[in-house]
Amino acid sequence: MGILIDKNTRVLVQGITGHEGSLQTGQMIDFGTNIVGGVTPGKGGSLVHERPVFDSVNEALKETDANASVIFVPPQFAADSIFEAIDNGIELIVCITEGIPVHDMMRVWSYLKTSSSRLLGPNCPGITTPSASKIGIMPNHIHKPGNIGVVSRSGTLTYEIVDMLSKNDIGQSTSVGIGGDPVNGTSFVDILELFEDDSETHAVVMVGEIGGTTEEESIDFIKQMSKPVISYIVGVSAPPGKTMGHAGAIISMGVGTALEKIQAFEKAGITVAKSPSDIVQLVKNSL
Amino acid sequence: MKLYEYAAKEIFSKYDIPIPASTLVSDADGAEEAARKMGEVVIKAQVLTGGRGKAGGIARASSPEEANIQAKRILGMSIKGFPVKKVLIEEYREPIKEMYLGITIDRTKKSPVIMASPQGGIDIEETAKNSPEQITMMHINPLTGIHEYQARMLANSLDRNKSPELINIIKKLYCVFIDNDCQLVEINPLARTKDGIIALDGKMVIDDNALFRQDFSQEETGSLEELARKNGMSYVGLDGEIGCIVNGAGLAMATLDMIKHYGGTPANFMDVRAGANAQQVKTALEIVSSNKNVKSIIINIFGGLTKCDEVAKGIIEIFPEIKIPLVVRLSGTNELEGRAMLGKYGIQMASSTEEAAKGVVGLGHSN
Repeated sequence: MGILIDKNTRVLVQGITGHEGSLQTGQMIDFGTNIVGGVTPGKGGSLVHERPVFDSVNEALKETDANASVIFVPPQFAADSIFEAIDNGIELIVCITEGIPVHDMMRVWSYLKTSSSRLLGPNCPGITTPSASKIGIMPNHIHKPGNIGVVSRSGTLTYEIVDMLSKNDIGQSTSVGIGGDPVNGTSFVDILELFEDDSETHAVVMVGEIGGTTEEESIDFIKQMSKPVISYIVGVSAPPGKTMGHAGAIISMGVGTALEKIQAFEKAGITVAKSPSDIVQLVKNSL
Repeated sequence: MKLYEYAAKEIFSKYDIPIPASTLVSDADGAEEAARKMGEVVIKAQVLTGGRGKAGGIARASSPEEANIQAKRILGMSIKGFPVKKVLIEEYREPIKEMYLGITIDRTKKSPVIMASPQGGIDIEETAKNSPEQITMMHINPLTGIHEYQARMLANSLDRNKSPELINIIKKLYCVFIDNDCQLVEINPLARTKDGIIALDGKMVIDDNALFRQDFSQEETGSLEELARKNGMSYVGLDGEIGCIVNGAGLAMATLDMIKHYGGTPANFMDVRAGANAQQVKTALEIVSSNKNVKSIIINIFGGLTKCDEVAKGIIEIFPEIKIPLVVRLSGTNELEGRAMLGKYGIQMASSTEEAAKGVVGLGHSN
């Protein structure tokens, strides 16, 4: 089963005619994702990977029954694409785009709260439920069906961990990247709640990093979960005041260091892995 | 992107937020001349770091001659590694009361937050920690903007007797924050003087992601950070000996952590971002190896958008020139092709982040 997506999820690709959008659409189709069409203003009427392209989300919904969208639109226009998806009632919006201005995302967030849409990202690798559907850019071959939920703020580090789990014969129910920006649509707690309610998920791997307090905010929920959570937090070696690549990965005013997060987790009795391979061992022990 | 005090104040002035009369100069004679016109002045080092007052980078002068001497002294200074190239000569305005006004982004509430304190001038982070009741916080819905009642409450918390003047400044500062895509805009101190409320200092940080629609020209510093940014990558210099090139910020942080875990010291953080091509990988190697402290380099790639054969191509192009031992980990898209290409050159390969980190730390020990 997994969370948020399944075989019946019908996906629209916003920005389907771009280099990245078109390439990743092909990868998602190969994975088995039900891609029903795409949107690029001015390119309506054409085809990409034999899927119809529309000028707007509104037009796409007249011809398809999409209930999810994935956004590959450049950062200057990405917030507009999110608003368009929200206004058209898309249930799940996954925004891959990196580098969206934070003021745009604050406006998106204020609007999103009043809607029934869910936004994953931006600046995230998306979501994958093995053998069912993939929305986003995670490499196809690393996944393996199973009972571990994975949730992370990172992209490539998620691939490494998922790959390592699979190679050790530990399959995943769903792997989710919530994104590395300071203002994003879905938090750790949102995803942990879904994993807690998912009968197919038996344990969760949670990968956090420096900056902000989203990891700390999830502690109270983790403590009341019935399923084991194995956490891993990166950035122990990061100096304060410098942004480590992710716009959100900055230690400011002494808030958000990796050590503080690790200590807060350990104090709450949550398992913290020391390395990626340590995660595998701890997951095995927890089952 | 941080702005200098003088640049922030120029923007305040455009929004009719009162600032003292001032002149920006780069030599002591200029300072003397400016002081001759203004009378008693304050000379302020223009550097992109805090704590310049404590470091002696701010001085008062009551005569043009004194201004010359002080400007000469401050222009010779280096504050926290930042050489002082310019000083702002500002008309001295005596504060009767010093307040704090700032706007930033609250990540938890995902909205702008205005902070006001009647206790300004001093370290606001200390005030926040030790006497949080002295700070009024007001979250603003970015879709509606600031409401009149919010500005009024903030103004009253600062100084009830000067409310209309303060309401005006608060609303204008919110416009500065929004119009300029600020991560932070701050007036500390916001001073009451006998002639009215005035911004005695100004700090602005602009969101780098929004620079495409803002008109700020980044000052050229010639740093490795800047060179990386121009090439679509992200670099942060550290003080260790192992150069690091990784795709993705999270994986890069994990790589640095693992290097430390095995007893090594990272010389830098570098995220080559998703989809890096051969040219970018080559440039990344040039940047990382130009740091003289670097004794060995780790390249850790988990290709999703990034293709391992492209990475290998970039490495091969520059490998013979750099003469620094490498450990390379290539996984993901086109990994077999990439590994085969590097195999011919006898480069040490690894199959995971941990193996690569262990390998590169081991190189340091054997040298």
